[in-house]
Amino acid sequence: MTAPPPPLGMLAELTHRCPLACPYCSNPVALENRAGELGTGEWRRVFAQAAELGVLQVHLSGGEPLARRDVVEITAAAHQAGLYTNLITSAIGLDPERLAGLRAARLDHVQISIQDTDPGSADRIAGYRGAHERKMAAARAVADAGLALTINAVVHRANIERVEAMVEIAFALGAGRVEIAHAQYYGWALRNRDALMPTRPQVDRALQAVARLRQAYQGRMVIDAVVPDYYARFPKPCMGGWGRRSLNVTPSGRVLPCHAAETIPLEFWSVRNHALEEIWLHSPAFQAFRGEDWMQEPCRSCPRRGIDFGGCRCQAMAILHDPAATDPACSLSPHHAEMLELAELASESGVAEYEYRGRMKAVPRPAPSVVS
Amino acid sequence: MLMSRRGSFRLVRSGRPMAEQGIVKGGHRPKLAPGVRLQFDDRRQAWFLLAPERLMEADGPAKDILSRCDGRRTVTEIVEELAQIYTADRAVIDADVRELLADLVGKRLLQL
Ligand code: SF4
Repeated sequence: MTAPPPPLGMLAELTHRCPLACPYCSNPVALENRAGELGTGEWRRVFAQAAELGVLQVHLSGGEPLARRDVVEITAAAHQAGLYTNLITSAIGLDPERLAGLRAARLDHVQISIQDTDPGSADRIAGYRGAHERKMAAARAVADAGLALTINAVVHRANIERVEAMVEIAFALGAGRVEIAHAQYYGWALRNRDALMPTRPQVDRALQAVARLRQAYQGRMVIDAVVPDYYARFPKPCMGGWGRRSLNVTPSGRVLPCHAAETIPLEFWSVRNHALEEIWLHSPAFQAFRGEDWMQEPCRSCPRRGIDFGGCRCQAMAILHDPAATDPACSLSPHHAEMLELAELASESGVAEYEYRGRMKAVPRPAPSVVS
Repeated sequence: MLMSRRGSFRLVRSGRPMAEQGIVKGGHRPKLAPGVRLQFDDRRQAWFLLAPERLMEADGPAKDILSRCDGRRTVTEIVEELAQIYTADRAVIDADVRELLADLVGKRLLQL
């Protein structure tokens, strides 16, 4: 195989720690702990290697990146390496001092998530009382500071009827861009699929709303959408192709082709043992689904294979337990009907309780034993 | 955190209908929108316009136009300077500059 072109983007998961516990979190179900996290100096080295490799944009993410005390130093290091810096945050912990520090570190862009427009519902989804109000204040402060702001809203059964209101809030907060992202079922979201999955009519209405809103906000705010896989006809071109455009570094330095790749049994290399370029070019995980040799039918002979790259490997793994299968979100997959049925069953399950990441299910605590 | 799993990057393509060029006036002083950066990439030996979740390669004329969008030069001045570098007809340069600027304003990558 010819050498792949250099990557354009890198997702830097600075930590898996987070004060929120959103039930659709894309972090792996087994979270990495603080003790194993890369240090400031290690991130500095990774950014320098990334820039040299050809990465242009770095997305500082988590978990909650602000949970790291050195987030300002890390941002400065990424900027000094010549990278465009994007902070993906819940905004909890974005106080005025932090914000000023990040500005001084020349942060380029901030993306803040909101959970809903109704504060009660938003806080319940985030698993954190008062989260919504703090997010609103922080988002305003970001826009007031003159920083470019994106509002990200993950859409699922509990909030899908309020897509328009979410876009309106984003605009009112001063965002230049809003992302309406239908939940993607990996990690915690897969666990909570029954409680999250919207019905088909809900999804259709949301898609129509986004199309209308795009017209209405033309030239004033960019509206991007992440499509709802389970009800799709063709799959998303996941990551722009495996090992083609971007890479993902976990808190402890493992380098993945996408943030869910560890659900597939592959050999991942770490920045602690290898240079980033070596990992990009030669690590088994990145080689696994590069190009088209790995494809099965119907992808192998499909004219769309250069457009969507056969869809998402992690979804094929999650649903079919075969990471090389055609993404079942594709209507040409022999398993597409099963996937649709999964969606319909989940959407009508009536399950309303979430399983929150990092928290025990509500088990009554044993009474403290009295030592006499 | 949430990461969208679509391809993170799109190439911004030009091709805005002619009619909307009218929004760009000769006296406007265009500048890159917040969060947008024009940068040379050593690895690819090419200029890129970097923006939230998107990037585009800024080839020859596009780079020469964008590097002059500093909030000080007017559109007329930018056209004038380009006419010094490129041999094309001034009217053609004027139309091309306005088309590019109108397109980028529509995408919120540029402010007038
Ligand atoms: S068969 Fe494969 S390549 Fe063709 S549209 Fe479906 S996922 Fe894409």
